[in-house]
Amino acid sequence: MKIPQVSVFVSNRPGRLQAVCRSLADAGVNLLSLTLADSGEFGLIRLIVNNPEKAVDVLAKAGLSATITDVVACPVNAAIGGLAELLSTAVGSQQIDYMYAYPSTLNGSNIMILRFQDTDKAIEALKATNFKAIDKEELFKNT
Amino acid sequence: MRSTAWNDEENRVLPEMALDFMPEDKLRELQLQRLRATVKLAYEKVPLFRERMDEKGVKPDDIKTLADISKVPFSMKKDLRDTYPYGLFAVDLSEVVRLHASSGTTGKPIVVGYTKEDMEVWAQVVKRGLLACGFRSTDIVQNFYGYGLFTGGLGIHGGFEALGATVIPISGGNTERQVMLMKDFGVTAVGGTPSYFVRIIDVAEKMGVDIRSLNVKRGIFGAEPWSDGMRDYIEEKTGIKAYDIYGLSEIVGPGVGCECECRDGIHIFEDHFYPEIIDPETLEPLPDGEEGELVISTLSKKAMPILRYRTRDITAIEKTKCKCGRTIRRIRRIGRRSDDMIIMRGVNVFPSQIETALLRAEKALPHYQIVLDTKNNMDTLEVKVEVSRDMVSDSMGAMEQLNKKFKHSIEQILGISVIVTLCEPDSLPRSEGKAKRVVDNRKKM
Ligand SMILES: [Zn+2]
Repeated sequence: MKIPQVSVFVSNRPGRLQAVCRSLADAGVNLLSLTLADSGEFGLIRLIVNNPEKAVDVLAKAGLSATITDVVACPVNAAIGGLAELLSTAVGSQQIDYMYAYPSTLNGSNIMILRFQDTDKAIEALKATNFKAIDKEELFKNT
Repeated sequence: MRSTAWNDEENRVLPEMALDFMPEDKLRELQLQRLRATVKLAYEKVPLFRERMDEKGVKPDDIKTLADISKVPFSMKKDLRDTYPYGLFAVDLSEVVRLHASSGTTGKPIVVGYTKEDMEVWAQVVKRGLLACGFRSTDIVQNFYGYGLFTGGLGIHGGFEALGATVIPISGGNTERQVMLMKDFGVTAVGGTPSYFVRIIDVAEKMGVDIRSLNVKRGIFGAEPWSDGMRDYIEEKTGIKAYDIYGLSEIVGPGVGCECECRDGIHIFEDHFYPEIIDPETLEPLPDGEEGELVISTLSKKAMPILRYRTRDITAIEKTKCKCGRTIRRIRRIGRRSDDMIIMRGVNVFPSQIETALLRAEKALPHYQIVLDTKNNMDTLEVKVEVSRDMVSDSMGAMEQLNKKFKHSIEQILGISVIVTLCEPDSLPRSEGKAKRVVDNRKKM
């Protein structure tokens, strides 16, 4: 149920995003999603890739520090109020650190990536809803 | 396991160590005799020393006791620059078998020369230091001090070779290969700058090599001041025992002094180097036990005798005897050099304090650099810290927290406000394995 997400620490300078993408591409790692969070001096690039361990090693060789954390992928109805509906369940009362939209759909549903403070508890909460967390194999099946 | 304690029987019977345990009156007698010879040599052969002594009205024969050394004028780094390249040599170049030079970043380097006899003395003092720290002829040594003009590499090399150890002259750089050879060659001892060894530890970790599981037992480190916190970090991470060797090129290179197994100060090889502590303001000699600037005179150097050299290192000569029983005196480990001192808004700051603060905050020793600048007519102190793999989090809040933790810890120690900037690994410059800790971009008033 957990999706491994790679977070890369980068300095807030031009060319750094390119360095990350280039080294992953050269190693044949497939980028499925990329989002950026930044403060003034530095940023975190959060990636979902088909081979997270390899990604971390490749990035380390390129002189970049990265780490893997678990996130949860939730299907969201692609209609108005879809996200509101998800958050009105028990999931919405969990502590969410951040969330972002995954750039592809699954069986007609949109996908949201959520980082919960307590991932296990959140997955448990999801089980009681109609929003079954998407597992890794399913998310990566077309890559 | 073989005992490695200071009172190891083997330690005392080795004849090479006898000089460390010479009766004190004999040692002083030898020092006086050698000091008189050195002053005479410098006066007769080196114009700079003769002119300075003449100015003060001092003749070599005025040195009748060791205390009379206070009559001799000082020398300093500038003197070596001003007489570049051979102006302080006391022998003909035909007798000089080795030259070394500093990697001066500005202007001319300083040049030092050695006769064949000087080279032998150098190897012997390094060897005595290594023996005192428990290194033996059976050691397989990875020497990652920089080889070349820098005295570190070849100086340590000479000592290990004199000891009869197996030396791997790998020099600095190519860190992955350092880790590979450490493993494959069954290395038992290492030598180099502590900051570069920390780098090796990082890379080994990345490669999945646990140095604790290798054969490495001891390391000899020097060429830059390093804190006790850094020593603890190195020992915890690698399981080795880390020892401090002291020296400076102007005097001989590494081997002016060295720790012993007690690790309670640095024994100066007093039969070859005469230490004094002076007040850096008044230039008056200070009694043993008081902190001041270390001044050293060579007692046996032939190619380049140096009288009362101001080292810029702040330390004290210990009054008490070391538990190891050596009669040669000790200085306190050098935590700071007056050259490294930064004066920031009237506060004295030493890079070693930043190191301590970082260790306290994160129990890790990231590579760091101090950048001084002037912004809106205010001097700023920025500490750039490289973020290693185990410091990264996916949470922006956690990264900002890390930044705050460093900032708070540094400010607590320094008592002034600082800026902390987190940087990518390997983004801060390193030179010759010697960390470039301070960049000063401040506008000079
Ligand atoms: Zn001792």
